Parts: sequence; structure tokens; C-alpha cells
Amino acid sequence: MASFTPVASLVGGAMIGLAASLLLLCDGRIAGISGIVGGLLSPVTGDTTWRALFLLGLALGGLAMRLVDPTLVQTQLDLSPRTLAASGLLVGFGTALGSGCTSGHGVCGLSRGSRRSLVATITFIGTGIVMVWFVRHVLDGYRG
Amino acid sequence: MTRIAPFVAGFVFAAGLGVGGMTQPSKVLAFLDLFGAWDPSLAFVMLGAIVVHAPAVRWILRRPAPLLAARFVLPIKKDVDGRLLAGAVIFGAGWGMAGYCPGPAITALGGGVGAAAIFVPAMIVGMWFHRVRLTRADPAAAPLPSATRGR
Repeated sequence: MASFTPVASLVGGAMIGLAASLLLLCDGRIAGISGIVGGLLSPVTGDTTWRALFLLGLALGGLAMRLVDPTLVQTQLDLSPRTLAASGLLVGFGTALGSGCTSGHGVCGLSRGSRRSLVATITFIGTGIVMVWFVRHVLDGYRG
Repeated sequence: MTRIAPFVAGFVFAAGLGVGGMTQPSKVLAFLDLFGAWDPSLAFVMLGAIVVHAPAVRWILRRPAPLLAARFVLPIKKDVDGRLLAGAVIFGAGWGMAGYCPGPAITALGGGVGAAAIFVPAMIVGMWFHRVRLTRADPAAAPLPSATRGR
């Protein structure tokens, strides 16, 4: 088993839950990242500032982590630009079509008891597992 | 105050992703590598988030309105349809390729990670392709309606 970090992961998860709760309590919004980004692509007046500020906080959080402990935001994978671009396209298109990602469905939706989010979460974790299985154990030695 | 809340939420969200291991794609892929050196850590991220957020949601939604906005904006669609399933399948496939989902990718971009500088623009193109191209051609593909409740 690779480095198993149940305590750090629980603490990190709790912080994510706290952040999502703060956004809902103060702004009445769901902390689904794909939805927050997507809303900026077809902007509605009065509905863009909170999105931009949330994403700015997210990006500056990444910068702060890099300054505190760069290993937290290192990829350690050596993927080709082509693989990264293809992956990004699929993630962007898929989350827009499926109305949510790991945060919107996996955290916020499950917390609200949404059946749609439960089905979506099981599905994307399932296809993620199939993809990793295919790349690592079928395409033996494939490095992207 | 209205400006600081979403910023703080985003910052804490990023810190949680980092502490939890979500911003390390190698760890994300290890979570998805059920048939290899499986690392179940990321299930604990989801668990920790839900343990905090689920009771908070019940408490928050008892309020007539949010603290700093006029209303809550929540998804209203209840039925599972082909769009949801196809989207989740496509998203999962992309997630399994590079170990990035939208939140950690934007966090990593802020952290100056080169891979995220390729992934995030591609992700936005993917979203744009769905939102602008398909929505124009097929009104049924438009972003789902949300219910609002508040003052």
C-alpha cells in the first residue's frame, strides 16, 4: 500500500467541508468548482464576483501551499502535454455535461443527500478506476 | 464582508485539498489504482468533508436566507438521466488520466505547477465546448435550473 494518510486526509476533508459550509452560509452557494468556473463562461450580471473571488482564494491557497511545503502541490507524474490536454478536455466537458465534479457531487451533493450526486460520484470514481487500471495494468509501461 | 467570504472559502478549500492530498495527482491516481498499490486516503478526504458539511447544510438551510446574499441557490433536478451519467463517465476517464479534477487543478495552477498550466486551459476549453457550442445547438443541454429561496 502506498503512503496511507488517513488522519491528514480526514483533517483536509474537514477543512473542505468547512469551506463549503462557509460559502453556503454567507453566499448561499454550492462549492462545486466546475460549476463555479462554468458560470464565468456564460456570465450573468451580479453573479460573477463571488465566483472570481472564490477561484482567486483557491489559486492563492495553492500559492501559499507552495511557499509552506512545495511537496503538497507537486505532481510527481511525468505526463506528456498531450495527455494533460486530453485529460483537461475530458474533465471540462464531462463536468459541464454531468453538472458537477468531485466537489459539487462528491462533497456538496452527497452532503445534501442528492441521489443524482450519489450516482454521479459512484460513476466517476468507477470510470477513474477503470482508466487507471487500463493505463497501468493493461497498457503496461505506458507513461503518457 | 460580502467580498471576503468567498475568497476565504476558496483559500480554506485549497488548504484542505492540499492537507488532504488531493493536490498530488500521484496520490489521486493511487486512490483510483484499486488493482495496484491502492491508497484509500482520498476516501477519508470525502468522509471528512461530508462529516462536517452534511450537518452544517441541515443547519444552514433552516435559515430564511444566507448571511450576505439574498437567497440560497440550489440544484432542483432530482432524476438521474443520460446527461448526468455520460458526463460522470467522461469526467472519470479524464480524472484517471492525469489525477486532476477541477479544484485541485486550479489550486496547483496557483501553486505554479507546470502540468496544471496545460490542464486548466484545456479544462476550460472542454467546459466552453459544452456550454457554448452544445447549448447553442440544443437548448436541453443548457445549464440546469436552480431553485432559489430567500428574502
